[in-house]
Amino acid sequence: MATTLDKVDVVTVGVGWTGGIIAAECAKAGLKVVGLERGKDRNTADFLMVHDEYRYAMRYDLMQDLSKETITFRNHRKMRALPMRQMGSFLLGEGLGGAGTHWNGQTWRFLPYDFEIKSMTDKKYGKNKLSADYQLQDWGITYDELEPYFDKFEKTAGLSGEDKNPFGGKRSSPYPTPAMKKTPILKKFETATSQLGYTPFMLPSANLSEAYTNPDGESISACQYCGFCERFGCEYGAKTSPEITVVPTARKTGNFDVRFHANVVEVMKQGNKVTGVKYIDTQTGEEYIQPAEVVALTSYVMNNAKLLMVSGIGEQYNPETQKGTLGKNYAYQVLPGTTGFFDEQMNVFMGAGSLGMTIDDLNGDNFDHSDLDFIHGGSISMTQTGTRPIQTNPIPPDTPTWGAEFKKASIYNYTRTLNVSTEGASMPHKENFMSLDPDYKDAYGVPLLQLTYNFTDQDRNLHKYLTAKTSDIMKEMGAKTVMAGSPITNYDIVPYQTTHNTGGTIMGASPDNSVVNNYLQHWNADNLFVVGAGNFAHNSGYNPTGTVGALAYRAAEGIINYSKNGGSLV
Amino acid sequence: MAVDKKGLSRRDFLKTTGIATGALVGGGLIGGLVGYNVQKEGQVAGTGGHNGVGGEPAAVNNRGLMFFTNMAEFNVLAQAVERIFPEDDLGPGAIGLGVPYFIDNQLAGNYGSNVKEYMQGPFFAGESTQGYQSRLTRGEIFRQGMVRMDEEAKIRFEKNFVDLEGQQMDEIITAFQKNEVDMKGVSSEFFFKLLRQATLEGAYADPIYNGNVNMDAWRMKEFPGNQMTYIAEIENEKFVKYEPKSLSSMEH
Ligand SMILES: Cc1cc2nc3c(=O)[nH]c(=O)nc-3n(C[C@H](O)[C@H](O)[C@H](O)COP(=O)(O)OP(=O)(O)OC[C@H]3O[C@@H](n4cnc5c(N)ncnc54)[C@H](O)[C@@H]3O)c2cc1C
Ligand code: SF4
Repeated sequence: MATTLDKVDVVTVGVGWTGGIIAAECAKAGLKVVGLERGKDRNTADFLMVHDEYRYAMRYDLMQDLSKETITFRNHRKMRALPMRQMGSFLLGEGLGGAGTHWNGQTWRFLPYDFEIKSMTDKKYGKNKLSADYQLQDWGITYDELEPYFDKFEKTAGLSGEDKNPFGGKRSSPYPTPAMKKTPILKKFETATSQLGYTPFMLPSANLSEAYTNPDGESISACQYCGFCERFGCEYGAKTSPEITVVPTARKTGNFDVRFHANVVEVMKQGNKVTGVKYIDTQTGEEYIQPAEVVALTSYVMNNAKLLMVSGIGEQYNPETQKGTLGKNYAYQVLPGTTGFFDEQMNVFMGAGSLGMTIDDLNGDNFDHSDLDFIHGGSISMTQTGTRPIQTNPIPPDTPTWGAEFKKASIYNYTRTLNVSTEGASMPHKENFMSLDPDYKDAYGVPLLQLTYNFTDQDRNLHKYLTAKTSDIMKEMGAKTVMAGSPITNYDIVPYQTTHNTGGTIMGASPDNSVVNNYLQHWNADNLFVVGAGNFAHNSGYNPTGTVGALAYRAAEGIINYSKNGGSLV
Repeated sequence: MAVDKKGLSRRDFLKTTGIATGALVGGGLIGGLVGYNVQKEGQVAGTGGHNGVGGEPAAVNNRGLMFFTNMAEFNVLAQAVERIFPEDDLGPGAIGLGVPYFIDNQLAGNYGSNVKEYMQGPFFAGESTQGYQSRLTRGEIFRQGMVRMDEEAKIRFEKNFVDLEGQQMDEIITAFQKNEVDMKGVSSEFFFKLLRQATLEGAYADPIYNGNVNMDAWRMKEFPGNQMTYIAEIENEKFVKYEPKSLSSMEH
């Protein structure tokens, strides 16, 4: 029998960026918030010996324990879905801060185009630019409406950047801190892309260029360019993360309590309201019910969708009929890119997770697609994140992958190789979706989430086009050997790509085609908020967290309003 | 196996000591040889002796087998990883870097027993895009792999794997890579990928894991290991060389 606890105002499921932001805003507004986090407590003191590629980057020390829970995966409906038994394509977070502890910090605002992609595509290219198999739709909110929330997230994060992107949406204020240092490697990219007629600018970074105190009074240190950022925690507290910003802000109000080792298994529902959540204390095995006025699902794309599915909230998407909204519009990204081999040695091992320069000329609808067989595009960057020796063994074409020749080539080229890479946007397709797996269960007996996903023609065409562009840039940069990335075929869950999973619990203007409204409030239960990249109706040519952060601030405002007035917020 | 001009290769050792190859097989001596290149340097893995902070290299070798119980299997591992990452004029190969011990030690822990992996059934072979689908743990896969490599050596060349010429070893490793060898519960191609990956991990991981002895792999690659900051050099146009540092220098 589950023990029923005292009711609170708000419960968040998971305490990463989204859970942390909601906790901070609601606790500041006087609401009593409980954060249920299935991982453990952690902070900067845990990262003093973090420069360990093997433990953290190869064995995923900070990430989700898949022995307890994973997802199942198949490329298409006719294939048998099987568990993702070890981490690969994306790296799920776990513990205080979630994936916000071990992210890079490349922090973007999606383009104005992204939020109105359907209307703008139809208007410019006619209704048949993409086939009806692509479930393109507007987000039910415009960039201008979301701008104040972007601004708020950037100030919380202390973002370092320069306002030089001619294609970016309008900003109400400059970046809180100046851009990071422009290194010789970045300058090579800057010169080459300028020469090709593009407009390079410094990538907006949550690795701060200087020490900063945010509006909540939290301080973030200056980045040391240590090169151990992606997949690692920052030992300096220089990489903005929930556990050094929003979580302490929430805690110091006295209104926030985090419970660790608390694995939520169900959202409780009665009529058209949710009443709280059921969780298991993973250290004792005891079951608890935490009643709450408001439930906020902040457990990342996969678990937000799964919890709704196992709790029977909303209608599951059916790919046959294209009816139902829960689980639909799952999207990912493609990564067109080119490797260049140079003669001179470069300090590739120095760097930071968001140290980079970018061009946006080939992202969104910033270029004409009339004669192209795809829409959208991607941001093209040169990043200097600190290449690590186990994972970085660059070899020119036709070099064997092991043995004497491999050893010589991989060692020689380690300090002589650069990559121009793209975050390529991905459009929703009717055959790409999330559902519940009928066969496999997690450690608590709850079904695993099932992913049915493959790259589509749109992805392949976009990939091909942008790969050629990255190759041109690399040639202009003067590489001795230019090796363009291979064309993509089927999506593969094994190699790491990005942790930029989107969709499944999408937002929109109508319950007919979305799960939540533009306050991230569930259409079927007005005291339930579902927050994260799962809200994206499609994926863009950027990293997601800037937009996720903005949406979390929007949701927090919604929750506070709802607590005062109740009802639907739209 | 490449011949190190300063030290002795396994083959040289066999010649100069005059010990018949067969007499070694299954005995402890080849096991001793695996560590031979390491010890000639007067260095011991796991103590981070060269970091400039930790003082004199420790005199005690605490290295030993934690997973393999059969020296013949361990010796197959040692020779196979050396073929993948051989000693050459740049510096030591996998054996000199302690990779066989690294792998052995990892197999004895979380890595070898797939502690963080989803290992519930049912198991099906799956498509290549679906990744790891074996009911076997990495420890079980490695052990089977060593046995199968030795069996292949006997089938193809009527010799033990460790007694083969380098090219013959390569032929067998390539057969695994191309999925031409039968294994139970796992494909030989998958086993090869694990073996190659573990070799690189052992070569380039921090020496606290008993590989990358003396940080020599980092030195070859000019990766500086665990440096606290590059803020002073990040804008330097020139390539900057560092004496590498291990994490062990931080535990003081
Ligand atoms: C290696 C890496 C690099 C990245 N780099 C970037 C980048 O440069 N730029 C960018 O924009 N984004 C980046 N990301 C993505 C970014 O980290 C995520 O977008 C962001 O952290 C998502 O925040 P979230 O709150 O939605 O989810 P998470 O951070 O995943 O937090 C969810 C939390 O919920 C908990 N939880 C899940 N299920 C349950 C349950 N049932 N019960 C209780 N708790 C639960 C989890 O333990 C976790 O702590 C990166 C991600 C990774 C892994
Ligand atoms: S690169 Fe900068 S932000 Fe990243 S871990 Fe190092 S000091 Fe922290």
